[in-house]
Amino acid sequence: MEVKELIINKVKENIGEANIEFVDAIGDFSIIVKKEKLFELAKFLKESPELEFVMCKDVTAIDWATRKKRFSTVYHVYSFKLNFTLRVKTNLVVEPYKVESVASIWESANWYERETFDMYGIEFVNHPDLRRMYMPEGFEYYPLRKDFPVMGIPGSLPLPQKPE
Amino acid sequence: MEKVHNVYSDEKIYKKLLEDKNVTVDDALDNEMIINMGPQHPATHGVLRIVLRLDGETVLKAVPELGYLHRGYEKMAEDMSFIEFIPHTDRLDYTATLCNNVAYVLAVEKLAGIEAPKRAQWIRMIVAELARIAAHMVAIGTFAMDVGAVTMVMWTFRERERIQEIFDRLAGARFTTSYTRIGGVAADLDEVTIKMIKDFLDSFEPVLKDMDNLVLHNRIFIERLEGIGILSKQDAISLGITGPNLRASGVEYDVRRANPYLFYSEVDFKIPIYAEGDSLARYFVRGDEVRESVKILYQCLDKIPKGEIMANDPKKVLPHKTEIYSRMEELIHDFMLVNFGINPPVGDSFFSAENPKGELGFYIVSNGEGNPWKMKIRSPSFCNLQAISKLCEGAMISDVIAIIGSLDPVMGEADK
Repeated sequence: MEVKELIINKVKENIGEANIEFVDAIGDFSIIVKKEKLFELAKFLKESPELEFVMCKDVTAIDWATRKKRFSTVYHVYSFKLNFTLRVKTNLVVEPYKVESVASIWESANWYERETFDMYGIEFVNHPDLRRMYMPEGFEYYPLRKDFPVMGIPGSLPLPQKPE
Repeated sequence: MEKVHNVYSDEKIYKKLLEDKNVTVDDALDNEMIINMGPQHPATHGVLRIVLRLDGETVLKAVPELGYLHRGYEKMAEDMSFIEFIPHTDRLDYTATLCNNVAYVLAVEKLAGIEAPKRAQWIRMIVAELARIAAHMVAIGTFAMDVGAVTMVMWTFRERERIQEIFDRLAGARFTTSYTRIGGVAADLDEVTIKMIKDFLDSFEPVLKDMDNLVLHNRIFIERLEGIGILSKQDAISLGITGPNLRASGVEYDVRRANPYLFYSEVDFKIPIYAEGDSLARYFVRGDEVRESVKILYQCLDKIPKGEIMANDPKKVLPHKTEIYSRMEELIHDFMLVNFGINPPVGDSFFSAENPKGELGFYIVSNGEGNPWKMKIRSPSFCNLQAISKLCEGAMISDVIAIIGSLDPVMGEADK
């Protein structure tokens, strides 16, 4: 309980109450932040001497398909000092789906953001090396979006041409 | 004219490597070579591909390329019920299938609010620790083989085979175990299996000593690993490295201790850490962890209580097969569970467990239906592989093999 209160107080003080929302459900504690404030919050979480969320465990996105807010990006960060895993979420409402990259704050976010870009087509601004992670270069679709069929799209992965 | 897809070309990677102007070479020949290592390479532990930029034998830059084993499990998970996905977790880290099974069902149980009976939880601990020993045996054996000590792999695989035999008896399969169920485990641990585990543990300790004697008195082994691929504490944390690789860099972090699940808070074990952060330290950490697992297993066998192995929660837990065929209620529940799933509440949860390779996490988003709306697998090997480009810079080309072996990635998990 103490840890959660500490995080709530510190984050409210430094980021502003209007930009954030706290959710505590199913044993996990999460912060929902406005897109514009994400980078600032990430920087604060890592550099604040009381919190020290130094490790980024995971970055991913959720495709809500039918909702107005089409995508959410989700970050799981861990603090050795507090022994606490915090979830940070941000909603991407309008096209083009862009969000500031946190790879300059947490190095591990580099590949995770590449993976999220590969699977959902979310562009991470200022990412050092935004290429596809799993799918080949030149693949035109984003497989984890809900409008991509589970069976795949025939012909979307052409075979290499045979030598004459 | 039809558009020609440039699917398999690597122009972008090569371009990126060539554009790096920070490196100046005072060599008379002044030539750099770009070579492909993998995906078909015995020492890459699967289908890992690394593009290397070499100056003579020195690696200037290394870019790992993933995706050769990508099967799209996260997409498939969205199209099947929670129960149906259990066999697929076997195929993530295929050297420690039971650890994946346990981590997955615990993640679903956290989301759906089910608690497995005590006996089932102790059994899960026993199988997870056995799988940890088996996985570390593979890791140590192949690692030693990569740097030239081929005898080691025979010895470790012999021990691993005995663990596989225990799994064969317990789960009915050696590799594709699919042993855990949501709310319990598939079969009970009987006396014969307990005796098999005890026999294995009693004879395992001396074998471990022999293994250490074999490689640690070998000058080639030590010299190929000592001081190679040093990962500093800060780098390890910021790169998100977990598991033995993190502990070899001097960070005392183990999910079993930091955030205990099952009954890990009730058993006594140490977390081995080494400050050096080199490849040899990563070998030592795995060896020590195996010894700790043996300790945990002895305590588990002492403390395991009698009782049920499946939770009594008919709306969420599958009934036993004999009941389905003889009772109406159970038949209805089975039909509903198999066809419509367990319907956890709307929400999302993240659960992570300590696997042999590191921290395996499942982030599940539920919209109240039988299938998960989204499932993200936070695989430890994927994140550990990020360290390769940093570790290989400035190393010799033969060290690349030692570094990959010491990081111990499993591509089934890294590529998902």
